[in-house]
Formats: sequence, structure tokens, C-alpha cells
Amino acid sequence: MEETTGATPIETRRVGDTAIIYASDYLNKLSGERIERECKRQLESGQHGVVINFRDTELVNSIGVSILMGVIDAAERSRARLIFCEVNSQTASLFEMLGLAKHVRIAKDEGEAVAWIEGENNTAATVHHA
Amino acid sequence: METNNQRLLHTFAALADLGQEIANTSDFEEMLRASFHLLLGSVAVRRGAVARYDRGRDSLRVIASRGLEQSPEAALPIDRDHAGRLASLGTSLTLKDVTAEAERFMGDHQAAFAAVEINLLVPLVVRERLIGVVLLGEKASGDKYTEEDLETLSALARHIAVGINSHHLLDEVKRKAEENRHLYDGLRAIYKETVRAFAAAIDMKDRYTQGHSVRVGKYSEVIAREMGWSDNQVEGITIAGYLHDIGKLIVDLSVINSPERFSAKDSAEMSKHPAAGYEILSPISHPYADIPLMARYHHERMDGNGYPDGLKGDQIPPGAKIVTLADSFDAMTTDRPYRKKLPLTDVLEDFRQNTGTQFDPAVVCAFCRAFLNEIEGKKERRLLNLLNRNYDDLEGVTPILNQMLTEFDGAALAAVSN
Repeated sequence: MEETTGATPIETRRVGDTAIIYASDYLNKLSGERIERECKRQLESGQHGVVINFRDTELVNSIGVSILMGVIDAAERSRARLIFCEVNSQTASLFEMLGLAKHVRIAKDEGEAVAWIEGENNTAATVHHA
Repeated sequence: METNNQRLLHTFAALADLGQEIANTSDFEEMLRASFHLLLGSVAVRRGAVARYDRGRDSLRVIASRGLEQSPEAALPIDRDHAGRLASLGTSLTLKDVTAEAERFMGDHQAAFAAVEINLLVPLVVRERLIGVVLLGEKASGDKYTEEDLETLSALARHIAVGINSHHLLDEVKRKAEENRHLYDGLRAIYKETVRAFAAAIDMKDRYTQGHSVRVGKYSEVIAREMGWSDNQVEGITIAGYLHDIGKLIVDLSVINSPERFSAKDSAEMSKHPAAGYEILSPISHPYADIPLMARYHHERMDGNGYPDGLKGDQIPPGAKIVTLADSFDAMTTDRPYRKKLPLTDVLEDFRQNTGTQFDPAVVCAFCRAFLNEIEGKKERRLLNLLNRNYDDLEGVTPILNQMLTEFDGAALAAVSN
């Protein structure tokens, strides 16, 4: 599935109840806002888990950081689980330095991210049934 | 050390990106929103807002925000003293100042920011004037703000303040320009009405030529438009038509109202009026070019036998050539004390005989085209309405007009190409 608005479409796919959104090579205002829109769309459609995959992302600028904080806020408000994955070392250390890593978990890859979300879902379901 | 370098690089990149955003003058709201998010992202602040100071209303209006779930009211009141104090903080900010201002602000606006904690208030100041404020919640890291953070935020805020101020100044310039345009339009309208009134006054002096000046203005307008003149030029020549006989104000009434053809003495007296008109009109700053010259030269002839200066051909200003034809047309199509108005065919025959010697062929052709277009219903009736009831019968006119066009179009073209 691809978001069709904007110059470069945002690539997304679903794994079970989790939406995986692929960030572009440079996360700035333009691409950041497309990711934000897509995340909000997924959250509004009732998705409980969202993974943003940074496998292609070389650089995240300040607006990109601000937009990602907005996405974190939106996920918190929707009580959805948000995981970042495949973050390169430079971006990971930026997220660490700025404190984003305190609000979002960073997985090694998609498999780990999806497993975390499913694990948390199962835990929540168990608690609920108990 | 590595973290410090990375922080510096991140800040440096934020400043560079901000420069690009501020340069985006096409969409002010977008520029401001992007600049504000850049500022938030530079030190990773999750929540905040930027508000513009409205001195007239003693209020702050939030123009961009992030993470404020309950949107604050549109206008947050702020008294002059508080605004003055924020302005006096200028750009030399300390953490103590901006934290204290944030506390005070939160105290004043508890209702608007009930769910959000504002930790810092950074004033936006340009030339000691408060432009707005940046309100910032806690950092994403949860750490306290440092002096380095404040330096980064202040640097970015200064750029945003300049961006807002420049936009405000541009708006002000546009508003003033619009105001001036309205004033200018108003003055032009007054000028035109005054000139029309003056034209009526000129014509009142001559009981046989009432309405002559206004008609000459309108005939000139039709001809100039047919010749492709711009709207402004057409307005100018209409005014010139209204005023072309203003010099008659100095001619003795007994001469003007003489029931017989002019004697040599009377003719000499009358021939003073173009130069006198020029003298009257020259000291006035007209909003159109060459109006005094059109009055001076409306009795010049293409062959150089006119007056007052005996100019010939291209020495005569184009506008004066148009007024000359319009003046002659009205003179021949209205009753005079010494003769009745002439049939249209005779008027056109006179034009035909005098094209190239008295009248400019290009002007004659434009007049013929305009006249034909009206007769054939291709254009609004302007000439025909001015001729009014005096000329119901247009039989015989069309072939003469066509013939004149055939005869003089080449000459007109040659004159243009020369």
C-alpha cells in the first residue's frame, strides 16, 4: 500500500494488526509531514501498533525531530504502540541525545518491532482476560 | 565530546534550515510553522507555541503550536507593562529571566494552558520592540534547560522575530500602497470632474458651441482607443479634448459670439487661444502627459500652415493631431452663427480633401474605422450617440468611409513605418 499524495509516495504495509511505515532517505519537513499524515491515518483507522522503519533514512533534521515528537504524542493519545526500527547509528545517537529514545522503543529490525508489539498486545489481552 | 559535536552539528543544521525557511516569503503562515517546528526540534521540545504580539489589542495571538491538546484562546491578553518588560529583556536572555517570565505567564493564563506546563518564555524582540513570544514546555529528555539550550533557542528565535517583523512591515507597506492608490483614484476622479466642469465653463462663454469641449474630448477618446492607445493615454487625451479651448477664456466675448465669419482682426484675436491655453495649462501638474502641448498644437496642420508655431508632420504631437480632427469634426457637425451644420458626406469629403495637408492619415483612418464599426454594429455607438438626433440618415456615409480607408491606409502605414 502506498500513500499517493506528495511527490514521493510513502511506502506502507501491514503485518497483522501492525502498520509499517517506511521513512525516506532524508527526514525533513516534506517527507516528515507525509509520515505524520500516514501515522495519524493509521491511528485514526484503529491501528494499535505502528512501526516506522528508518532503513533508508540517512539524516533527520530538526523539523523531522519535531514531527516525530508529534507522532509520538499522537500515538500516546491513541494509546497505540509506536516502535522505530532499523535506525542508523548516527540517527540513533541523535534520538538518544535529544531524549526521543525515552518516549519510543527502537528495535533492531521489523521482526523485532512487530514481535514487541504483538508481545505487548498478548500481554494486554492476557491481563484483560484475567 | 562526541555528543557535544553532534549537538553542535544538529544546531548548526537547524540554523541553516531556518535561513531557508525564513527566505520563504510566499507563504508566511507556512514559513512560521516550519520555523517554529525547527526551533522545537533543535532542542527536542515536545510542546510549545509561538504567539504574535498585537500592540493595538494588548494581546498575544497563538499562530503556531505543537502538542497543545486544548488550543489556547485566540488572543491572550498581556498588559503594556508586561510587554515592555519582555521587550527590555531583548536578546540578552538568562535562564532565570525566561523561567520567571514563563511562571508569570502561566499564572496569568492558567485556564488556557491548564493541561500544559510552560517552562520557558522566550520573547521575540526586534529593535527593542516586542514582536511576539515563544512558549516552550519541557524537553523530550526530561532534563532541565541549560544555558546552551537557551543560546540555541535565542538564536533561532531572533531569526523568527525578524521574519515576523519583515512580514509585518511588508503588510504595512502593502496597506499604505493600497491606501495611496485609493487616495490617488479619488484625486483623479476629482481632477476629471473639475476638468469637465471647466470644459462646461469654457463652452458657456460661446453660446453657439455649448458642449463642444466635452464632445471633442469624447471624439478624441474614441479615436485614440481605435489607434490602440493605453487606458491611461486615452484618459489623458479625453482631458486634453475637454481643455483644448481653455485659451478662449482670454478672447473677447464679442469676438467669440460674433454672428458673422471672423474678420482678419477677429481671426488674429482668436488665433491667440492655443498659445494662451498652453500658458494656462503649463503650470498645472496634470496626471497625464502633454496636455498643455495638445492644447497649444490643436490648430497646427500637417503641411506646416497651421498656428501658433507652424509645426509640420511629426513635429506635431500625436495627441494634438487627434484633437485637431475631433475639433474639426465637431465644428462641422454643429450649427454655427454663420452656417448650419454640414451633411456628413460633406464633412467626410472635407476630411478626404485635407488628409495629409491638414489631418494626419493615421488619425483619419482610425476615425473612419471607428465610425464604420459603429455603423455596422460591431462596436458600441459612441460617435453616433454624440452626433445624436442631428444625423439620422447615414446613407452614403459607409461607401465614403470605405473609400477613405482604401485611399489613406497605405499612407497611414507609410507614416507609421517612417
